[in-house]
Amino acid sequence: MNINNTLLEIKELKVSINENIILNNLNLKVNKGEIHAIMGPNGSGKSTFSKILAGHPAYSILNGDILFKGLSILELKPEERSHLGIFLAFQYPIEIPGVSNEDFLRLAYNSRQQFLNKPEVDPIEFLGIITQKLEFVSMSPSFLNRNVNEGFSGGEKKRNEILQMILLDSELCILDETDSGLDIDALKVISNGINKFMNTDKSIILITHYQRLLDYINPTYVHVMQDGKIIKTGSFELAKELEEKGYEWLK
Amino acid sequence: MVNKSNKVLNTNITNLVNKDYQYGFSTQIEKEIIEKGLNEKTVHLISMKKNEPLFLLNFRLKAFLKWKEMKEPEWANLKFPQINYQDIIYYSAPKKQTKIKDLSEIDPELLKTFEKLGISLNEQKRLTNVAVDIVFDSVSITTTFQEELNEYGIIFSSISEAIQNYPKIIEKYLGSVVPIGDNYFSALNSAVFTDGSFCYIPKDTICPLDLSTYFRINDQKSGQFERTLIIADDNSKVNYLEGCTAPQYDTNQLHAAIVELIALDNASINYSTVQNWYGGDDNGIGGIYNFVTKRGLCAGENSKISWTQVETGSSITWKYPSCLLVGKESQGEFYSVALTNNYQQADTGTKMMHIGNSTRSRVISKGISAGKSKNSYRGSVNVTNKALGSRNYSQCDSLLIGNLSNANTFPIISVQNSTTRIEHEASTSKIGEEQIFYFLQRGISLEKAVELMISGFCKEVFKKLPLEFAAEADKLLTLKLEGSVG
Repeated sequence: MNINNTLLEIKELKVSINENIILNNLNLKVNKGEIHAIMGPNGSGKSTFSKILAGHPAYSILNGDILFKGLSILELKPEERSHLGIFLAFQYPIEIPGVSNEDFLRLAYNSRQQFLNKPEVDPIEFLGIITQKLEFVSMSPSFLNRNVNEGFSGGEKKRNEILQMILLDSELCILDETDSGLDIDALKVISNGINKFMNTDKSIILITHYQRLLDYINPTYVHVMQDGKIIKTGSFELAKELEEKGYEWLK
Repeated sequence: MVNKSNKVLNTNITNLVNKDYQYGFSTQIEKEIIEKGLNEKTVHLISMKKNEPLFLLNFRLKAFLKWKEMKEPEWANLKFPQINYQDIIYYSAPKKQTKIKDLSEIDPELLKTFEKLGISLNEQKRLTNVAVDIVFDSVSITTTFQEELNEYGIIFSSISEAIQNYPKIIEKYLGSVVPIGDNYFSALNSAVFTDGSFCYIPKDTICPLDLSTYFRINDQKSGQFERTLIIADDNSKVNYLEGCTAPQYDTNQLHAAIVELIALDNASINYSTVQNWYGGDDNGIGGIYNFVTKRGLCAGENSKISWTQVETGSSITWKYPSCLLVGKESQGEFYSVALTNNYQQADTGTKMMHIGNSTRSRVISKGISAGKSKNSYRGSVNVTNKALGSRNYSQCDSLLIGNLSNANTFPIISVQNSTTRIEHEASTSKIGEEQIFYFLQRGISLEKAVELMISGFCKEVFKKLPLEFAAEADKLLTLKLEGSVG
């Protein structure tokens, strides 16, 4: 396989928090244009894995490496990883009182512009940009004036994550249980947004418990994670099998 | 088990918050001081040096006797070593004592000092529409735009000048809002105050300039005891700003001021403070002890007094700008941002006394505590049985940064009639690790993230600062938390 086509490569990754090992000998390779679904029982390390990719300071890397676009990102700060093109849609997006969604989105957008050596946009220009993106996730512009995630319903929070993903146009997007807590309509809206966003230059890692989401977003691979490593890899068929049998049979 | 990420975050925020104090230099200047220590002789000496009328000497002596009988208040949530009042210089003035007519007469060292502080004393200040009275240690150095203001009948001068020129007004109003024996520090101030600002806005006059006093403590051993008196006559309006800085010493200096405001019928006074006294170093060594009594009297019908304060400095802050709402339908407001860091301690808030019919008050307090600091809001809303149909709205929000800071709220509400409406809201929040991580993940730097959250938190108060001073407040929080607040 062409090395230039590999976006993310994780080698023998071993990670701990407070002296508990949570990832152990994890290997994963994600190429451009691929969608990887990661499934697995509760507590298998899926959410942790997403935070480690994003550079959360709580975790200690004991062994292994994470290569993004061929370069190790272990020493990079969260904001640097973001600038390079790693996006994490949080499972529980946090509320930020007093900060308007519009200011927050513009600041995020401009931080990326700055990194790309492109001119920052003023609030009026930005309104033009963001209004377009809002349509992708069927959100009303009034939502820009509200504080970041404050008083948002579960569905609105998840849509806000997808909106940010589309706005920042990152190459590697990790979606941590973006489907949880969504009704069928919201799930369709979000899946739609994700599908429109996806192209051959990008990769997505979907962390999910349910096959449901995979009915809308077609994964290239399905991985099962347990005890901090990937124990099985298959196609969409594997997800169906898991839905029927659970995880026990894999042990 | 220690959570590593919290440690990382705390260090990051600590670095961010701990920017050096920029105004910590001191000025070498020839000065005239009187021996340290406080006794009846000191009081006589101050009064004599200032060539004061007899009524004022008596006022001072009465205050001194009162003070001797009183005890330092102990109810505040503050801890500090005993202050030795005999180890303080009560009078320190730059030697060139005659009041300066022309700015060229100012000691160039002083002029440099104020330029360094970003305060231009020359006429360019007109561009920013602010007239300034400058108080350096114990005395007022100069007041700008006096003549221009005079054309409107507005008196704006140092209080020493006002004592010489308008003794009748001073005798009538001095101590009328904050009585001599109101508290320990008001008694002390009344005995030994050396200067401050005086302002009188005549009837039917809207003051065309914003007025301002700038306080600078320079001397290591001297205390600053200034006194401000502002009177707004019927149908008049004035905006007032006070700014403060001090050099960086490893000892503590005492600042015990009194501000009295009087608003007559339909008059309105907006008094804003941007306080940036030196707050001590990372280990809590040095800094100003700030014990201030500020009170406004809404004497007239439909009068209004609004206090806005941005408190960022001082080692100890003990300050409760209050309103006595006597006139029918008068209004009092208190908007406050108090930021403490390192080992700073602030016990600040307000007192709203509803005495007249249909009086209204509004209290918005925002406390931010970082480092190992202690930040307390203390408020009292008191509605008498005569203040029928009165209203109060209070909101006290605390924001914690890091895991070692401390926030408290002590509200007291007392209502003695059944037609009054009171609302009180309070909240405590924390700039948490996960919030910061959310910003960082979106590519926004820590500095920007904290700035945005602080700015959002303080929005309601900053909106209230006069436009000219909003920038000054911005500059200050920039200093304290790096990055401007807009």
